[in-house]
Amino acid sequence: MAKRSSEAASTDIDMTPMIDMTFQLITFFMFVMNFSEAEQDDRIQLPLSQLAKPVDGPVDKPITLQLTSEGSVIYAGEMIGVRDIAGYLEREKSFMLDSGKDPNTATVIVRADGRAKTGEVQEIIKICQEKGFEKFALRAQYDEGR
Amino acid sequence: MARRESQLPDKIHIDMTPMIDVVFQLISFFMFSLKVVSPEGDFDIRMPLGRAANAVVDDQQVPPIRVKLSAGPDGSLAGISMNGNPVADFNDLQKKVVSLVGTGRGPDSLADKTEVEMDCDYGLNYANVVRAITAVSGTVQDGQIVELIKKIKFTPPKADQ
Repeated sequence: MAKRSSEAASTDIDMTPMIDMTFQLITFFMFVMNFSEAEQDDRIQLPLSQLAKPVDGPVDKPITLQLTSEGSVIYAGEMIGVRDIAGYLEREKSFMLDSGKDPNTATVIVRADGRAKTGEVQEIIKICQEKGFEKFALRAQYDEGR
Repeated sequence: MARRESQLPDKIHIDMTPMIDVVFQLISFFMFSLKVVSPEGDFDIRMPLGRAANAVVDDQQVPPIRVKLSAGPDGSLAGISMNGNPVADFNDLQKKVVSLVGTGRGPDSLADKTEVEMDCDYGLNYANVVRAITAVSGTVQDGQIVELIKKIKFTPPKADQ
């Protein structure tokens, strides 16, 4: 008994299983974490489509315009009106020309809410066309369940 | 020396506390920065300004299929028509498109050359447009996407009523 009580002064817990588990957790969260800078906004409820399979690779130099159900555009984190995007696109275009890129090779990703008006989506496309952009991608959420 | 060696414990105790601290910091960092990303996909549309709406159709080109989506007062879908003929729903639209372009696929097939022009009311809910695009651009059979028409364009927007 005397020997035992002297041992109890520092109780040794076997840490190995806990550390194993913890590292498993770390690796899990590391792999699950998404480093891609996909612009997603909770304010937008994308329409569902079975054909909207995730894109293979990241789109080269995309411009993402998000249209809310109330009809305002979220561009680079800012909430602006549909007709105000022209100025921002103009800036984007001159920036592209400065860096030696052709605006009509750039893709404009339109993330529009399913409840938004179609006319507003078309207006966005029209404004982009007037600025020289001609490749558009209408984004939808992949619908797995039939 | 001999005395010292003999007194060394068999098991060396490493202080795990700092390591476990750091490890838990890492776990909490990854946990909190985790953002659940829902899978998204794109419908590609190429629309240069020049020939948006009423481009001249030359002989080589197949005339476009005109899909008209009309909206009710609240933005819901009121009616679909294809080339002027009424269509019951999106499944019907797909059947009619298949009967028009056939099932041939490939770079020179009719489906590849045909273009769909969407004519939508201003107030129509955008989700209906995506459903229409889904109907004309392909079907899912046994988990595989069978492509139909890839070229999709819009008529110019009408004025806001």
